[in-house]
Amino acid sequence: MSATAPTTSTIATSTDRAPRTGLVNVRFLGVELRRLVRNRRTVVFTLVMPPVFFLLFGTAEDYTTQSVGHANVTAYIMVSMALYGAMIATTSGGASVSVERAQGWTRQLRLTPLRPSTYVFTKVAVAMVMGLAAVIVVGGVGLASGATGGARVLAESLVLAWVGSVVFAAFGLFMGYLLPSENVMQILGPSLALLAFAGGLFVPLGEGVFATLAKFTPTYGLAELVRAPLTGDGVSIWAVVNVVAWAAVFGFGAAWRFRRDTARV
Amino acid sequence: MTFTDTLPTPAPAGPSPLAIDLRGLHKSFGTVRAVDGIDLAVSPGEVVAFLGPNGAGKTTTIDMLLGLANPDQGSVSVLGLEPGRAIAEGRVSAVMQSGGLLKDLTVGETVELTASFFRSARSVPEVLTRAGIADIADRRVGKCSGGQQQRLRFALALLPDPDVIVLDEPTTGMDVEGRRDFWTALRADASRGRTILFATHYLEEADAYADRIVLVSRGKIVADGSAAQIKNLASGRIVSASLPDITPAQTAAVESLPGVQGVELRGDRILVRTSDSDGVARHLLTSTTASDVEITARGLEDAFLALTGDHAEADEATETTRSNA
Repeated sequence: MSATAPTTSTIATSTDRAPRTGLVNVRFLGVELRRLVRNRRTVVFTLVMPPVFFLLFGTAEDYTTQSVGHANVTAYIMVSMALYGAMIATTSGGASVSVERAQGWTRQLRLTPLRPSTYVFTKVAVAMVMGLAAVIVVGGVGLASGATGGARVLAESLVLAWVGSVVFAAFGLFMGYLLPSENVMQILGPSLALLAFAGGLFVPLGEGVFATLAKFTPTYGLAELVRAPLTGDGVSIWAVVNVVAWAAVFGFGAAWRFRRDTARV
Repeated sequence: MTFTDTLPTPAPAGPSPLAIDLRGLHKSFGTVRAVDGIDLAVSPGEVVAFLGPNGAGKTTTIDMLLGLANPDQGSVSVLGLEPGRAIAEGRVSAVMQSGGLLKDLTVGETVELTASFFRSARSVPEVLTRAGIADIADRRVGKCSGGQQQRLRFALALLPDPDVIVLDEPTTGMDVEGRRDFWTALRADASRGRTILFATHYLEEADAYADRIVLVSRGKIVADGSAAQIKNLASGRIVSASLPDITPAQTAAVESLPGVQGVELRGDRILVRTSDSDGVARHLLTSTTASDVEITARGLEDAFLALTGDHAEADEATETTRSNA
């Protein structure tokens, strides 16, 4: 960056004042994590609700003895709830840009050398940390409450749930830039619950119109990928297409709105 | 002993660039011409008030000055740099009107975080002290008063030790005490040779804190000068008297009196704008049948209203004072 700095004597300080480069700002990450933990609502929705759902739905006596292939039904439900928790965590992490735009914080940031890409990277990174916490909590509660199966397949499923939730970080970002509301999560919360049903995370989908429509929702493909290690059924090409397509839609959507947000008017 | 002022004051060799150089700025929103041809040159070290009523185009001009908006026409340069670059290098910083703070952070966290965005920044305790908020570093931003939040924004603006600080209506919505504290902090800092441009619609703020006042109205600069010069626009008094059946010869006689700037007839009353109110009053009382003589001082408020012309009641008084835009 110093190569492009002007060299005239009147602005000789330009080189020491050149803005920081690089995507990672550790202090920014730290502050954002602290904010997250302070936000009680986020903590309840991402770290308390999913394990409670798991305990309600997944620990029936016969679930612990019934097998889905390489694991028991309890493990299957545990993984579903882990994905649900990660989805909420990453979506709300991404969507937090909405509140910060409404509060004028992103505008304030434009009066500093912080690069908009660092801002977005930090938001996604923090969302993923929260997603990881959600997966770990559900995984911990699940293993302590009768989820059994091959250690490797359980780990694979949980890791997939976490990594796959990046699609929802992009979804949250997209919605955060798209929706002007300060209460964007009041819209996204019910939407996520609906998507969770569509992915068969709460109850099996069965047959019917809803089940057919559900195949095109972003949760459906991801849920199939996440459960594949447990069932040993293998993965259909359509699940992969679903995840890649939705990741592209949300990713490009977020990038489009982000550019628009940071453009000069 | 704890004096930490280690950055050298910029000592430019050769012709130094203007701190702020706006040329032929135009900006419209739809059919509204927010900024309609603004030229402004501010030299390093000047403290300039950008004074005008709401909707005069002050904020739009500042947005362009900070690179938050692009002009439709014209050019912007800050310290010889393109605005975005001047921001990125921390050469210019800004205190915006409202918002822009995260309520769930503490005052200290906000400053620490913002400091991390700069390659080199002043220390956090230093800027907190300078902005007069060192005692509330642990308070959540959401629990701070409007005045405290504004001093926090000011602390953030001090972080890069900028050469230019731009403030957009910094005291809007503050109580009297908050305003006074804010200006005390700013004034203490201005003595360090920084260039300061602040937008305000409070006349007394412009008068009290600026070396130079730029009056803006309807997207144009209508007057530009020292506070004293702007005040001179409003100097003099108005002598009015009841004088029915005044003859043109009497009017001419009054107009020819020394110091008279304008004469106006309104019904039975004659209104005389003059720098010598005693002379006019004496003439009216001794040489005419005038009665009920009143002498009123014209203030800066009148000049402001006259020049910005946004108030109907001021329009009558504009004729003699309206300079060309």
